[in-house]
Amino acid sequence: MNLTLKVWRQKNPNDAGGIVTYDANDIIPDMSFLEMLDVVNEDLISRGEEPIAFDSDCREGICGTCSMVIDGIAHGGQRGTTVCQLHMRHFNDGDTITIEPWRAKAFPVIKDLVTDRSAFDRIIESGGFVSVNTGGTPDGNTLPIPKVDADEAMDAAACIGCGACVAACKNASAMLFVSAKVSHLALLPQGKPEAERRVLKMVKAMDEAGFGNCTVTGSCEAVCPKEISLDFIAKLNREFGKAILKNRAERQVAD
Amino acid sequence: MNIITNLFSSSVGKKYIMAVTGFSLFGFVIAHLIGNLQIFLGPEAINRYGHFLQSNMEIIWPARIGLLVIIALHIWAAIKISAENKAARPVAYAEYNPTVASYASRTMLMSGLIVFFFILYHLLHFTVQVDQVNLTGKSFVNLHDAEGRHDVFAMMVLGFSKPIVSLFYIIAISLLSLHLSHGVRSMFQSLGWKKKSYANVLHCFATGVSIFIFVGYVSIPIAILLGFGKEALSK
Ligand code: HEM
Ligand code: FES
Repeated sequence: MNLTLKVWRQKNPNDAGGIVTYDANDIIPDMSFLEMLDVVNEDLISRGEEPIAFDSDCREGICGTCSMVIDGIAHGGQRGTTVCQLHMRHFNDGDTITIEPWRAKAFPVIKDLVTDRSAFDRIIESGGFVSVNTGGTPDGNTLPIPKVDADEAMDAAACIGCGACVAACKNASAMLFVSAKVSHLALLPQGKPEAERRVLKMVKAMDEAGFGNCTVTGSCEAVCPKEISLDFIAKLNREFGKAILKNRAERQVAD
Repeated sequence: MNIITNLFSSSVGKKYIMAVTGFSLFGFVIAHLIGNLQIFLGPEAINRYGHFLQSNMEIIWPARIGLLVIIALHIWAAIKISAENKAARPVAYAEYNPTVASYASRTMLMSGLIVFFFILYHLLHFTVQVDQVNLTGKSFVNLHDAEGRHDVFAMMVLGFSKPIVSLFYIIAISLLSLHLSHGVRSMFQSLGWKKKSYANVLHCFATGVSIFIFVGYVSIPIAILLGFGKEALSK
């Protein structure tokens, strides 16, 4: 199949950047989207041009590194799929495809489609530690955890931190990501002792990074490759409310 | 950090303010609708109701001041949040597809602001009764019924007998219903009062109550334009 690509090219963080049009010829429908870009890059390199910079690592949908907005939808619009798992058979011969980086103040573009997502790392860091006793491996089921709680915590923990929620949100809000991280620890007994501090600090770090506010549009949930539910944002809001009402986070541990 | 700074400076806190004030305004909108629908019970019912509100200063003034504070907070949070959201994406997408985000959810600030200008007009029209804005060439202040009470029935019939005024009310109510179709759903989410088990119930409630508000409010000007209460026009 033959395609026309309109790709965001930007030399460095200070470059203004712009859309450049390329032809992608002889694409095999079984290729992944990233493999298609690899082919385009081979061609660019052979012609002595700068290849298109984009992020990828595992290429099997679990690391969350690949990140691009395809025709206006983060990860390209196939439900529950990262770009590396999106295949060219979902496109038609002759299509024109627009490819842009995640757009958010908190995710500045480094080059072309590569953005700096370290704001997420700062949010995770701000969450602090989880109190777990050291020593020998505890026996299985020492801590009774209801199956429903364990399942819900696992659903939240499925977040791979790719940032598609931010990219898709009209407000560039990171609430889905933060809610997944806050929820999965708040649901388990191991995460309970620091739960109040954690939610306050993570929300603070999120705000300081310059992400927007949630207005419950649901775009994040729709593009999330791990299908994290919007209900976790309600849970984050509930956890935050409990923490400020109890108002004792500061008194717990000084750090 | 105490409760106040957490509420007013954090993103989640501002959404609580939005939701609590939105919830109060929503409650007022429902109560006001039920009060107004008494017009269909005839002049006696609505005039008695109007007289009851007007003659209890110790109820009406605290309510008015409370609503003023609430709407000021709602608008403050709306504008602050919207400005932050704009700043959070300095470079726009060349192509952007909002996927499942509803039209209502993407136009909350606009629908809200238009409703706000409508509220100002509505207050001048029926509360302060500035004659210049009613476009009928008559004065609302001097309308009294046989018992000497303010004739609210005649005022509403006269007011809505001007099609252009009714049209403005109908447009504003449509936008308010649109605002609430997303707002009611959003406020439960913002306050954390949502779980998978009853998420669908909330969804249906938000849609149902918005339709109820739309039909309820719009029925009044429509009925009057179709001739309801004509006899009051001869006053
Ligand atoms: C009778 C008047 C109004 C009622 C009943 C009302 C009701 C609501 C409700 C229930 C919410 C949901 C709260 C939440 O998101 O948690 C809301 C949100 C909002 N309102 Fe209003 N509102 C009114 C007037 C206004 C006005 C005058 C403005 C404009 C300045 C406005 C702008 C907004 C915005 C921007 C949101 C947030 C949107 C979102 O979170 O998706 N509203 N409103
Ligand atoms: S490259 Fe790892 S998820 Fe796509």
